[in-house]
Amino acid sequence: MSKNINSMMLKRQSAEKRFRFYGQASLAIALIMLVVIISSMTYRSIPAFTNYGLNLSINLSKENIAQDNINYRRLIRDNISLLDSGCDDRKCRKEFLRLFSSGAAYELRDTIENDPSLIGKDFSKFILFSDDADLFYKFGIDNSLPESERRLNDREITWLNGFKELGLVEKRFSTNLFTNGDSREPEIAGVLGAVIGSLLTILITLIISFPIGVLSAIYLESFAPKNKLTDFTEVNINNLAAVPSIVFGLLGLALFINFFGMPRSAPLVGGCVLSLMTLPVIIIATRASLQSVPPSIREAALAVGASEMQVVFQHLLPAALPGILTGTIIGLARAFGESAPLLLIGMVAFVVDIPGSFTDPATALPVQVYLWADSPERAFVAKTSAATLVLIFLLIIINLAAVILRKKYQLKW
Amino acid sequence: MKKSLKKVLFVSLLISPFILPQEGYANDQIRIVGSSTVFPFSTAVAEEFGRSTKFKTPIVESTGSGGGMKLFCSGIGFEYPDITNASRKIKQNEYNTCSENGIRIIEVKVGYDGIVLANSKKGTLYNLTTRDIYLALAKEIPVNDNDLTLIDNPNKTWKDVNAELPNIKIEVLGPPPTSGTRDAFVELAMDSGAKSFTALKDLRSSSKEGKGEFKRIARTIREDGSYIEAGENDNLIVQKLEANPNAIGIFGYSFLEQNSDKLQGSNVNGVEPEFEKILSGDYVISRSLYFYIKKNHIRIKPSLLNFAKEFTSEGAMGFDGYLADKGLIPLSENEYEEVKINTINLVELEL
Repeated sequence: MSKNINSMMLKRQSAEKRFRFYGQASLAIALIMLVVIISSMTYRSIPAFTNYGLNLSINLSKENIAQDNINYRRLIRDNISLLDSGCDDRKCRKEFLRLFSSGAAYELRDTIENDPSLIGKDFSKFILFSDDADLFYKFGIDNSLPESERRLNDREITWLNGFKELGLVEKRFSTNLFTNGDSREPEIAGVLGAVIGSLLTILITLIISFPIGVLSAIYLESFAPKNKLTDFTEVNINNLAAVPSIVFGLLGLALFINFFGMPRSAPLVGGCVLSLMTLPVIIIATRASLQSVPPSIREAALAVGASEMQVVFQHLLPAALPGILTGTIIGLARAFGESAPLLLIGMVAFVVDIPGSFTDPATALPVQVYLWADSPERAFVAKTSAATLVLIFLLIIINLAAVILRKKYQLKW
Repeated sequence: MKKSLKKVLFVSLLISPFILPQEGYANDQIRIVGSSTVFPFSTAVAEEFGRSTKFKTPIVESTGSGGGMKLFCSGIGFEYPDITNASRKIKQNEYNTCSENGIRIIEVKVGYDGIVLANSKKGTLYNLTTRDIYLALAKEIPVNDNDLTLIDNPNKTWKDVNAELPNIKIEVLGPPPTSGTRDAFVELAMDSGAKSFTALKDLRSSSKEGKGEFKRIARTIREDGSYIEAGENDNLIVQKLEANPNAIGIFGYSFLEQNSDKLQGSNVNGVEPEFEKILSGDYVISRSLYFYIKKNHIRIKPSLLNFAKEFTSEGAMGFDGYLADKGLIPLSENEYEEVKINTINLVELEL
């Protein structure tokens, strides 16, 4: 008899041990995947965070500046030509100049506009290399390939090695990545425009979907009459949460742009479309957290004479707030990473200027990732990973906010 | 006090998007839509234009040639795009839609784009003819040159297609049917391959129905796994090719140029896909790229004409221009001069 019990106990205990092991193994796999994704992204994005450039001493003589329209490109060209390229034909000079970023002239313009006292002086300026030259310093080049199949020819490689021997080459942290808008030149392209576009869009989404979502959930939960219409609405809201996001994009195109005549590519429309998508999520989360408030709270409030509205706003809502906030933030985080609906309302676009208002043309971070992933220049591969990291980083901040808010408002029964 | 403040904040948050200044709406920022093939060139010009002039940088959307035309031809006014890019010439029905809406168009030919069939350098170099390409990729092929009896494509390896080709499984990664690259590829490569069959050639010239039937036979791509639709992302195709040296990818010349250390372009009809060969037209799978300007908008958006001038300038579209560095195959000298003059004189397109 006792032997039988012992063997049964043993069986039960080992079943429990096995279950614990399965759980731990699943957790380990999930963690490993997360680590693999983040670390591979980080590894691939490393080249995007630095840029090689050349410390060029620039001589701005008064004669150069005398005209009203300074040709900065010419200035850069002339000053770069002071480095001895040993060129005597046009093709050679063009190859030589191709090693430097085409954005250099505009940077020089900004430098001089910010500090006009530089005019007439010799000063040193950091000139970025173009993407091909930059990649050469980062990864070297396969010399075994025939010249025609390399991105840089023998002459260009000699020049680049020459700069290095002269000690002119410097590696700097790429601030462009965080302070510039999009560009077709990988060395000056940045994510700031997309980040601001995303934030403006998400702000609109929050402003529209949070009050509407919470209020409709409260009404459905506490005030709505129990009839067929309410049931029908409930079923539809639950279904809407499962509709693919591109459908909301189509709706947004038809409704906001074609019917209301809102501007294309604007965060205003993007926010409206994404709030359609986020609404059902917020409603469902709010209802669930209202339901999870113990009925005793409600009954106690009613017992001391509170009105239905006082019960909801003074007792149920504060108690349900952590859950509501978590639901909202998760909904917003999903909207933040969304690109498909934005495709149809014109936010998948090349936008250089950083958006300053809700109606300025803008793009969003996930869209920026997509656009860079699709660019032929090889330096954009690293940029794509870097933009993805920025996206992940922002999402982590949003989720962290959710955790902190939940902790802050959490009530213990 | 605190409560009323909260209320004010809440209400102002609610209505803020609707009362915020609507500036940026009716301004003269240029809006460009259209082909994803022209997108890299159009954006490069837009960026240069924004930096070098006092005008705002144009907004360039990548909507595909057809989608761009649809938006472009829907009307006149600030809510409609000013320019559409296309990796093909405007179609008659699109032109008609435009005319019905009172839109007058200026056509600008930008240059050429070669479509290459490339594989990894680790694999063998393929010498293909358009006939080989047709035989390898069509869904149905005729049994022989003079017989119109169609059979499901039985070819499994390149050797089945042509005895001179290596005994390697046919694996081609290419764009999906929604892509302009695919349209151009089937039109240029598959049609020309199908025409090498006498029976199909006769069918094509027989009647209007015959021509339609020919198009169906020539342009339907097999769906048994030998042709893999790899999405619109050409970079992804490039990465997949590196992993599988035997597979061939179909994409624009600019991607081959950027990855010329890793990939080799297959010869087509004995011609290698090189800059000069595409330029001269010896390489057959190449198409023209265009953009179309809405003439009606030139008066209300002064920057539009300046943008057209920047795009057609020697420094951009010319033989040594920066667009050539981005992978565009420029126009020949004569063609370029003609395009430039027509654009500056705002010559309208008549179809």
